[in-house]
Amino acid sequence: MVIERPWKRWVYFYIPLTVFVIGTLFPFYWMLITAIRPDAELYRSWRAVNNAPFWTLNPTLEHFRDLFEKTTFPHWLWNTFFIAVISTGISLFCGLLAGYALARLKFPMAGALGTSIFVTYLVPPTLLFIPLADIIRNFQLGNTPWALILTYPTFLIPFSTWLLMGYFKTIPKELEECARIDGATRFGAMVRIIFPIAVPGILSAGIFAFTLSWNEFIYALVFLSSPERKTVPVGVVSEMIRGDIYFWGQLMAGALLGSIPVALVYSFFVEYYVTGLTGSVKG
Amino acid sequence: MKKPIAGGTNGAVVVALPHPRTGQTRRLTRFLENERLLAGVLLAPTVLLLGTFIAYPFVSGVWLALSDTSVGNVGHFVGLRNFAKAWDDSIFQQAFRNTFFYTFWATIFKLALGMWLALLLNRSFRGKRLVRASMLLPFIIPTVLSTFAWRWMFDPTFSVLNWLLFKTGFIVTKIPFLSDGVYGMWCAIAVNTWRGMPFFAITLLAGLQTINPDLHEAASLDGANGWQRFWHVTWPLLKPVTLVVVVFSIIQTFSDFQLIYVLTGGGPANATHLLATYAYQIGVATGLLGEGAAISLFMLPVLFIVVWVQLRYLRRLEGA
Repeated sequence: MVIERPWKRWVYFYIPLTVFVIGTLFPFYWMLITAIRPDAELYRSWRAVNNAPFWTLNPTLEHFRDLFEKTTFPHWLWNTFFIAVISTGISLFCGLLAGYALARLKFPMAGALGTSIFVTYLVPPTLLFIPLADIIRNFQLGNTPWALILTYPTFLIPFSTWLLMGYFKTIPKELEECARIDGATRFGAMVRIIFPIAVPGILSAGIFAFTLSWNEFIYALVFLSSPERKTVPVGVVSEMIRGDIYFWGQLMAGALLGSIPVALVYSFFVEYYVTGLTGSVKG
Repeated sequence: MKKPIAGGTNGAVVVALPHPRTGQTRRLTRFLENERLLAGVLLAPTVLLLGTFIAYPFVSGVWLALSDTSVGNVGHFVGLRNFAKAWDDSIFQQAFRNTFFYTFWATIFKLALGMWLALLLNRSFRGKRLVRASMLLPFIIPTVLSTFAWRWMFDPTFSVLNWLLFKTGFIVTKIPFLSDGVYGMWCAIAVNTWRGMPFFAITLLAGLQTINPDLHEAASLDGANGWQRFWHVTWPLLKPVTLVVVVFSIIQTFSDFQLIYVLTGGGPANATHLLATYAYQIGVATGLLGEGAAISLFMLPVLFIVVWVQLRYLRRLEGA
């Protein structure tokens, strides 16, 4: 190893890292402190003498109470969760089958199909939301959770396919061949031998897909209209601002509660998430 | 009575199975033994979903862009009029320039800071796993929600950043974070950098971890200093990963919507619109579907070039 003097370690390592950590986490701290601060403290001039913005001595839960009593926040939370779980399930199912086919089977146009799935991965939702809104309306899906459950897989499937395809390629072909010699069918070998080995890959793809669906905004904004049908991000934006007035305490309480489920899922599966994240770009 | 084993594999398989199957499942199994047919079955759900909700909307979007469709009005073909109209529109021109400006600077910052953070995280220290996990939070938390926190931090009257800068003596009057177009754009770039930097850092870190430490040792024995070791050892080995990450980030930043929508709404006075937010305003808020679709299609050439670079690069990797 390269030997370093202590002061150098401070200047080149501890101080920059501390700045990174504070910069990254401060907005979340600010969310929390705003959510528990009473309104009287929240809207006080920034030059007030007794202003102590970084903490509060009178924490309150009134913003959380308002959130549950005056808005349909619990509905939003449930909608977001429901839509994220179902669309992740659909995407994993499609991604597993397609990933296996592209990694293992020989068929005409395999290369072209793989490339086109990769290209759809790179198509951003903002390119398609206007025609899609029209199509959703024609299919009579507007303002239903199905509008999102069916469209979220468009950006989840390509990435899961890509990730799982890479994963399948690392599993030795011999395993499958052994099973086939022992009498398993091609389909049976895929389901009973290969899929169980791919569980870590499936978990990575699933966690990543779940966070992506939880995060999605523009489709949910365009396709949903009634307040109780909305997802958390859209509900917070469209239902908690009355005209020009922002209820910051409530907003931050909503932002905090809307972030916790996805942060929890992430914290339990950090390693899988990181594998999914790095795998999603490398393929 | 002896059954031939060789050549009669199919029959042997059925006999070997504990449960006799019905004729139907046997036919299905045989059907799935064919590689091409199995591939067709496995790919069908994916092709169906992507075809219905990507390929079809894409074609329909091109048609919309060439028509004067609006909400409640069936459109007629108008040729390139929507594109020409957008091109002459000063707000569109502003949004077009903004999109490039925003993408360029945000990508530069994300790359530089992400690389720095990756290099820091690549060292061993206590609490490393916790620090690494918490660094990804901005990327996990829904962008809309964290952008609200930033909007509150940039609030014209109650900004904590103004308070901090004032108390530490850097400023004497408030900075108009979001009420001025130029400041607003830079604020958006800052928030985008904050959100996207962890993605760079973690992916580059994964790349860094594949680099053999012996290389660094050898270079330092040869008298290379820290900067030279980075430039001549780390960077060349990290270039492939970096290219891929940059491509992904460019696509996401170039087509960004939610951050601007929440932070500034395109204001003040349309100064911070991007192509996506302007397309939303025209296509959805105003209801001019044709013109909105045309505006979002202006993203296509850039995305096309980026995707092309990426594909060419992947081919080269496979060829090597």
